[in-house]
Amino acid sequence: MIKAILIFNNHGKPRLIRFYQYFAEDMQQQIIRETFHLVSKRDDNVCNFLEGGSLIGGSDYKLIYRHYATLYFVFCVDSSESELGILDLIQVFVETLDKCFENVCELDLIFHMDKVHYILQEVVMGGMVLETNMNEIVAQVELQNRMEKSEGGLSGAPARAVSAVKNMNLPEIPRNINIGDINIKVPSLSPF
Amino acid sequence: MALKIVKGSIDRMFDKNLQDLVRGIRNHKEDEAKYISTCIDEIKQELKQDNIAVKANAVCKLTYLQMLGYDVSWAAFNIVEVMSSSKFTFKRIGYLAASQCFHEGTDVIMLTTNQIRKDLSSPNQYDTGVALTGLSCFVTPDLARDLANDIMTLMSHTKPYIRKKAVLIMYKVFLKYPESLRPAFPRLKEKLEDPDPGVQSAAVNVICELARRNPKNYLSLAPLFFKLMTSSTNNWVLIKIIKLFGALTPLEPRLGKKLIEPLTNLIHSTSAMSLLYECVNTVIAVLISLSSGMPNHSASIQLCVQKLRILIEDSDQNLKYLGLLAMSKILKTHPKSVQSHKDLILQCLDDKDESIRLRALDLLYGMVSKKNLMEIVKKLMLHVDKAEGTTYRDELLTKIIDICSQSNYQYITNFEWYISILVELTRLEGTRHGHLIASQMLDVAIRVKAIRGFAVAQMATLLDNAHLLTGNTQRNGICEVLYAAAWICGEFSEHLEDPMQTLEAMLRPKVATLPGHIQAVYVQNAAKLFATVLQKHEGETDSQAAQETSQLLIDRLPLFVQSANLEVQERASCILQLVKYIQKLQQKNVEVAEEVTALFAGELNPVAPKAQKKVPIPEGLDLDAWINEPPSESESEDEKPKAVFAKEEPKHYRSRNTEVDEKELARRREVRKQEQANNPFYIKASPSSQKVYDAPGVEHIPVVQIDLSVPLKVPGMPMSDQYLKLEEERQQKEKAERKKKEKKKKREKRGKGRKADSGPESEEDITPAQHVDIVTEEMPENALPSDDDDKDPNDPHRALDIDLDKPLADSEKLPVRTHRPEVLKSPAEDRVSESVPPETKKKSSKEKKEKKKDKEKDRKRSKEEKKKKKKHKEVEEELLESQPEEPVQSEETKEAAAPPTSTSAEASDLDFWLSSAPVPPAAQEVTVPSSAVETSSAAVPESEPDEPKDTEPEDTKSSKHKKKKQKKEKEEKEKKKKKRHHHHHHHGEAGGEDSVQNGTVEEEEPLPPMSNYSVLAENSFIKMMREDAEQVYDIQGNHQDESKVVVSIIFENKSDSFLKSMEFNVLDSLNSKLQRPEGAGPHDGLTVPFQLPPGVSNEARFVFSVQSIVMPQKLKGTLTFIVKSDESSTHEKLDFKLHFTCTSYLITTPCYSDAYAKLLESGDLKGSSLRLEGINMPFHHLLARICFHHHFSVVERIDSCASMYSRSIQGHHVCLLVKTSDQTVSIDAKCDEPSLLGNVLDELKQTFSKC
Repeated sequence: MIKAILIFNNHGKPRLIRFYQYFAEDMQQQIIRETFHLVSKRDDNVCNFLEGGSLIGGSDYKLIYRHYATLYFVFCVDSSESELGILDLIQVFVETLDKCFENVCELDLIFHMDKVHYILQEVVMGGMVLETNMNEIVAQVELQNRMEKSEGGLSGAPARAVSAVKNMNLPEIPRNINIGDINIKVPSLSPF
Repeated sequence: MALKIVKGSIDRMFDKNLQDLVRGIRNHKEDEAKYISTCIDEIKQELKQDNIAVKANAVCKLTYLQMLGYDVSWAAFNIVEVMSSSKFTFKRIGYLAASQCFHEGTDVIMLTTNQIRKDLSSPNQYDTGVALTGLSCFVTPDLARDLANDIMTLMSHTKPYIRKKAVLIMYKVFLKYPESLRPAFPRLKEKLEDPDPGVQSAAVNVICELARRNPKNYLSLAPLFFKLMTSSTNNWVLIKIIKLFGALTPLEPRLGKKLIEPLTNLIHSTSAMSLLYECVNTVIAVLISLSSGMPNHSASIQLCVQKLRILIEDSDQNLKYLGLLAMSKILKTHPKSVQSHKDLILQCLDDKDESIRLRALDLLYGMVSKKNLMEIVKKLMLHVDKAEGTTYRDELLTKIIDICSQSNYQYITNFEWYISILVELTRLEGTRHGHLIASQMLDVAIRVKAIRGFAVAQMATLLDNAHLLTGNTQRNGICEVLYAAAWICGEFSEHLEDPMQTLEAMLRPKVATLPGHIQAVYVQNAAKLFATVLQKHEGETDSQAAQETSQLLIDRLPLFVQSANLEVQERASCILQLVKYIQKLQQKNVEVAEEVTALFAGELNPVAPKAQKKVPIPEGLDLDAWINEPPSESESEDEKPKAVFAKEEPKHYRSRNTEVDEKELARRREVRKQEQANNPFYIKASPSSQKVYDAPGVEHIPVVQIDLSVPLKVPGMPMSDQYLKLEEERQQKEKAERKKKEKKKKREKRGKGRKADSGPESEEDITPAQHVDIVTEEMPENALPSDDDDKDPNDPHRALDIDLDKPLADSEKLPVRTHRPEVLKSPAEDRVSESVPPETKKKSSKEKKEKKKDKEKDRKRSKEEKKKKKKHKEVEEELLESQPEEPVQSEETKEAAAPPTSTSAEASDLDFWLSSAPVPPAAQEVTVPSSAVETSSAAVPESEPDEPKDTEPEDTKSSKHKKKKQKKEKEEKEKKKKKRHHHHHHHGEAGGEDSVQNGTVEEEEPLPPMSNYSVLAENSFIKMMREDAEQVYDIQGNHQDESKVVVSIIFENKSDSFLKSMEFNVLDSLNSKLQRPEGAGPHDGLTVPFQLPPGVSNEARFVFSVQSIVMPQKLKGTLTFIVKSDESSTHEKLDFKLHFTCTSYLITTPCYSDAYAKLLESGDLKGSSLRLEGINMPFHHLLARICFHHHFSVVERIDSCASMYSRSIQGHHVCLLVKTSDQTVSIDAKCDEPSLLGNVLDELKQTFSKC
């Protein structure tokens, strides 16, 4: 299982955080700081595995990371994951980002955190590896983006929103309608 | 209204989007917090607007702020609003925000259940995907319970994209709702063989996670995984499976033997380092599980070690790290093979990478011997000096102590050296491990009597130089050492050369700055020293010195009396008064030394830390027993411990049993003494060692004496390095002496002598430098030998320790709410899982009235089985099988007993699979009597004339891992099981395709279990099962008025032959057509995309396009295939009829009650009604039936009245109002398409007429 995925830059600024186990926000920040502290003092030519990290995990957990230019990609995993496999996975993830953003750089991650999340969601789900085939990941991401575009995306949202209100599909978005024909009054839905 | 909308969209243009927010934050570097707080205010305003786009944008920004550490849980409700948007764009934002900040404590989560369910059943696969992804992050026990069934349905979705997500999320569901594991497991297992590699990998992933925590429940899957391992080419899957095997082998050594060969092959063949590494790891696990007595496996060890050496020597630091990691696993069981690579490991100690140095340190632990301990520790001490980070240095320190103290100081030959090392370690600045060093000092000084003199001298020096250690007491843990030093000096003060000086050192004013507990020890031991000094001087008739000592104490102790620490204060004032009194006596020239010394007389023995816990309950004391009136069940309670102990080793049993009489006890004590004398654990350095001496009362404390050749040396203040030289010299000397002796004695055996000289000295040759008694720690008599490893009670995986082979019980079904068809049991799983006991299946197929009948049938059947069993017995006797016979039970109990026996059969399947690797001779014999079985199965139809379909050859259904050479009686057992299943299928068939009944669960009463596959057609070769509720979906876009229906059909090969070239063809009607690939003619068949080996089943899906859905349809079809057996191949065909009911075009769609009311109000719907008489079933069963068979969902239900809703794939609304009173059910229905309504009502009627 993957317990957390953290991306931060050379100064420890988080660019994406994804915890697969609940931590309160301040704890999350502490973990990021600690992880950054551990990872940043290591040379580039040492191994990519790191034990420790007192806040997250414990003896069964390892930090597996890669350093690309200005960004650290850190995965916190337990012993059920193959160390080299996760290293490969990070590579796949980064290459996917590169394909989706066309020459990805830190700025892409800064301004499009949501998109990075959507890509990550196609790679890892709930702490488990979902897909490792880059082409498949890219294809799914693009299909979803296309769908978003067909809906008008965020930029065209106002116009779309207006039309959405007009064409409100009554059975789907019901509001404030009294119960008529059937003479039953139940505040909530039946337990079925 | 319009104005508001316009205003909203204008506002919208001025809203910041995520990019603006990020940019803004970057532009306000100085007052970031202030800027963000204004942004949050803006967001709060945006969230108040009605426009969902504005809300979504706000939520998106909140997600970003959450990453920066801002708590956004206050917006949870808005997030739920955005999640429920009908647009994918917004939905995705909502789910992302939810997955980032929802957790079990978020209360709005309970509002999401219906929304998520709706999204899961959305026709858009990405809506479903987003919902699954989100859910995987915030699933709660409630959500898991409510949605388990929906997710399980998705595991058979047409899209692999959804399937793999649904499979993965099941793991989270299991964790939160363990009850779902058993019902869902068969389908999960099925997904291991999914045609899509992604789905397969997901299933492997989930099962591996499950198995890692509770491996024993998954042993029965080993054959399946083995098959996957040998067939899969996906490295991800392979790695997971190989890791899983690593977890399974410790439970089943035979599995390990079977694995060695394929794993070795993989090691040789693979180019992927990750795979190679995992293979090596698992081979190591296998070798550990095989432990000993496997001489031919030394090659495997060699291979592993050799591969690991390559990894360690690699320039890639990652490989180096992993190599060392794996090496440490080998070390535990095969230290010899690792020790030969000592050079390499020592080299890694100098690596610049800390992770690697730490791993190398781990390895060192197992590499030390008596001979090289000093050398290795010296090297480590150098590292200690050089180490820059305190963590690494602390790690080094603990490792040094671990290495030296391991197995009761086994490798230490010179304790003076060890004490010096400990003293040297105290010079470390800022270490956290002062306590550890202190406890080592205490331990050695107490247990190694011979070293006390030296230790005391060293400790006295430490005390003298205490200022060096206490430079910075507050953050310095090293002052703990003074605790040990003071205690040792006090307790063994008779060894002190100058107790007066030490006493003075202990009473320096600076001591008051030490932590309280250390001061307390100082004070107490000052008193001990005082006693020693008195005694020393009294003999010399020199009262001056003694009185000076008293005066010293009287002067200094008041400092401690003022201490804030209660312990220090109390001790100090006591001792102060005592000393004052002694001083008075001294002035009267009374001899007091004797009495003062008596205060501290007596030796302190080391007591094991767990001693207290292990004190056994005294004989005759039963804490559970009543004091006055013993209850009648006490007898059974007495037996309980016996049952527990019976499993343990007899040795433990002996020491644990509390019900033994005096004689027995005495006898056992004798035995124990004998045992201890013979036990190699109690180290004896040479054959001439003295016997264990028995002190009264401590007879069971083994004291080991090690003989020695060199007299004790007490050098002044030697450093540990000097010991190294001394030791070398000593050994040299010894060697020389020995050589002389050998030359003298064994002149003839010269060759041998040479050999011994040239080769490295063996362990046994090294004699310890000192006369050492290692006193073992004291333990209570009859101490309980083993510790109970308490598992963490909070571990969520404990709840998943569930036996998966046990058949499913009625009560275990998942709660069904949406009435999506629930597949607990597909025929494909029958053979492997036996998940539904025959009885429950029957309930599902027939109504309760018929239950009696069925029971009778069952009795008949069990009689027949008995007959058969007799036959089997004969066969078995011939084969001299060791398999335990199925117990023949009375007719009544037989039914209940069926499930356990089937489980045992499965277990024996595994046994067979495991044992078949090196084919045992018995297994080969088995091929011969197969004809006997045939006859026994042929006898079946005669005895069961009422079940004509049973006449088909019995050996057609065979399990996947069944091999031809399988032992006969196992095969038969399996067949019996299968036969039972057969019956039930047939019961189902009798009523037509849809008759396999299903139910849903409500709290009131358990409903029958379910299967949504019905038999379409079958013959002796193949069986086609069709899923009841085929997935129906609407293709949006070009085909405005054409809908597509997907029919899943399971093909099961029931024969012994290979089936191939299967072609599926249907005669198209005007309305319904089978979708054929482009270019194919309208009468061409579709090739089924797989072949079927014997006993295997697989699922194929066929797409039909349907024009009008208002009428039911029947399509005739044919399946042609080639049966290929060893000798011949024949062409066969099977006809079938596909029935598309109107119901099958309905999709379960949840509907809110207000929307429902609105719909009915609209007046577009035409009504019709139906009256059913004589329905004798609970109302919730009735509803469940309608929901399950006709794809309705309940909108509202009050008492005996319910409203239900469903939608067709072409968007027709169907509404029902169901009322019941006195066996009469009236259904008022409304629909916008009258003919569809009429047909649906007809089908409803038909369903209920069957019961």
